[in-house]
Amino acid sequence: MTSLQTDGRVADGRLLTVEDLRTTFATERGPVCAVDGVSLTLDRGQALGIVGESGSGKTVLSRSIMGLLPSTARREGNIWFGDQDLLGPNAPDMSRLWGREMSMVFQNPMVSLNPVMRIGEQIAEPLRIHLGMSRRDAKATAIRLLRDVRIPEPDRRVDQYPHELSGGMRQRVMIAIALACGPTLLFADEPTTALDVTVQAQILELIAEQRAERNMSVVLVTHDLGVVAGHTDVIAVMYGGRLVEIAPTKVLFSQMRMPYTEALLQSIPRLDQKSHTRLNAIPGRPPDLHDPPRGCAFAPRCAFVRDRCREEAPPLATAENPDHKFACWYPVGSPEYHETKERISAGLEIGSTS
Amino acid sequence: MSDAPHLRPDIDAVLRVRDLVVEFPMKRGRRVHAVSGISFDVARGETLGIVGESGCGKSTTGRAIMQMPRPTSGSIEFESTELTALGKRELREARTRVQMIFQDPISSLNPRRRVRDSVLDPLDIWNRGTVEERATRVDKTLEEVGIDPQRAHDSRPHEFSGGQCQRIAIARALVLDPTLIICDEPVSALDVSVQAQVLNLLEDLKAAHGLTMIFIAHDLAVVKNISDRVAVMYLGRLCEIADPDRLYDRPAHPYTRVLLDSVPVPDPSLGRATTAITGEPPSPISPPTGCRFHPRCPAVDERCRVEVPEMTEIEPGHHVACHHPLVTPVTISS
Repeated sequence: MTSLQTDGRVADGRLLTVEDLRTTFATERGPVCAVDGVSLTLDRGQALGIVGESGSGKTVLSRSIMGLLPSTARREGNIWFGDQDLLGPNAPDMSRLWGREMSMVFQNPMVSLNPVMRIGEQIAEPLRIHLGMSRRDAKATAIRLLRDVRIPEPDRRVDQYPHELSGGMRQRVMIAIALACGPTLLFADEPTTALDVTVQAQILELIAEQRAERNMSVVLVTHDLGVVAGHTDVIAVMYGGRLVEIAPTKVLFSQMRMPYTEALLQSIPRLDQKSHTRLNAIPGRPPDLHDPPRGCAFAPRCAFVRDRCREEAPPLATAENPDHKFACWYPVGSPEYHETKERISAGLEIGSTS
Repeated sequence: MSDAPHLRPDIDAVLRVRDLVVEFPMKRGRRVHAVSGISFDVARGETLGIVGESGCGKSTTGRAIMQMPRPTSGSIEFESTELTALGKRELREARTRVQMIFQDPISSLNPRRRVRDSVLDPLDIWNRGTVEERATRVDKTLEEVGIDPQRAHDSRPHEFSGGQCQRIAIARALVLDPTLIICDEPVSALDVSVQAQVLNLLEDLKAAHGLTMIFIAHDLAVVKNISDRVAVMYLGRLCEIADPDRLYDRPAHPYTRVLLDSVPVPDPSLGRATTAITGEPPSPISPPTGCRFHPRCPAVDERCRVEVPEMTEIEPGHHVACHHPLVTPVTISS
């Protein structure tokens, strides 16, 4: 059960509940539903991965929860943060939650940091505004935070400008800013996409470490299934604004039901494959959200598509594991799936002998 | 050459690069040592993958082959022509046979022009064939990369997705029928599903046209998938070169090992590799003495700090520049 600390914070149990969230943008070409009926929950200390391609709605989902959307956006549904209803009539002032309760690490640290402000001041700013710290305390805390995110020589670095730091160091500064006021929920939106693999590994390790140390919840938004595999408890796969599969990480990888998740995993080249292995590319491209398909959004690209998929959007169904949900009429493992699979491999054999 | 035993004198080489050095001048007489004496060759029909972290000089190497800018020193022999010795006119002519594909497909196309015209341009500039022949060639090439020529005739780059723009850029590179294509991070800006499409397309085109390719990328799995030979670069030098299956199975350079260990594996049952390395590459303005990897290397000793390691063959076709390679050298007896 949810237990509250004296300061009103959730110490254990359910931290975030999203129910039937719809985020719509008014555009010149009409309304676009970027997040369409998404429900999920997150416990204190848990790490959730949101996976999807560009335009899947993964970034809009996390920004919808944080309330970081342009004025053209409208949110419907429910978002509960602890016992606060973020979309209800008594919704709290989000600026009181930002930093202290939830914060975000953005993808591109060069754009997100202020180029004409010393990094120490940028870390100190939320400390002074949200926690009312004195200038001197804030600077001391900033140095401590730089040390926490493993920046060498924090006493010297604190007075430097972003351009004096490498990409990996800048991302560490972003993380230090996000952690400054001790949030319970950290969003990391493609935190390592702009970084080299060696630095990526270090940054992911750092986020995991801080999460354990602070019993913080983390939402890791990424297009890379490899990144979420090692660093999350639960994975939500999005496609065309909808949640198409959600499961505990190990369950998802061992028993994936949604053909899209399977196709996504198979399209990634892997280190353990031989060189020149033919990749299973997904044909076509993600749907145009101005004119979404009537049935399942993935139907036009799905190898296992049947008439029903084009007509009717499948609801989220529960798999054998009650925490595992997927939206597909003919999921991986179903008789129809096997039938199509056999037909495809038979077709390929005919093709290769002719 | 004695210091480059990994060069293969007996192959039909499209490209031979020897002792390539690229340095950029800075203020107060300092220089950025972007590429510091690397040698490699590419056989006809082969794909050479070049991997390394940002700043290792992989893109500079690709551009130096195109003479953009001209290298500081070294030799670049393309189909028996020494590119570094060519004058402006001959170089322009030679460049029709070496084409480049860049990372950002949308900004590598002119946003104000219809994309079919962008693909037609090279043929117009070089006056290849009649107007009709050019039109047929452009349409055929566009179809080959999976773009509807009619749509390309009517539309500008912003009307296409990133993956489609990359296909168009590939068509533009192909239209002059080049021998060598240099791909600089051609799929790193694309979604994984589209990335696989473009990689498969490049493999198909390579087979259909007998292309030779240099594929520069930071993603080790992508490079393994497409390459026949892989070169690992660190801070302007070559660390290791071998065929991909061998290199990825038995990396001999500690840096290659670190790179491979850092790749996240899409399989939670395998657990998580702990960070194998700390810190970041030092600045190429004042690179470390001896082996450039020595300040971050777990196997470093005094010799590494002083003496630059030479390329040595540790098994047939597998060369490494390290004083303490991870694989014990096998004596090759003929």
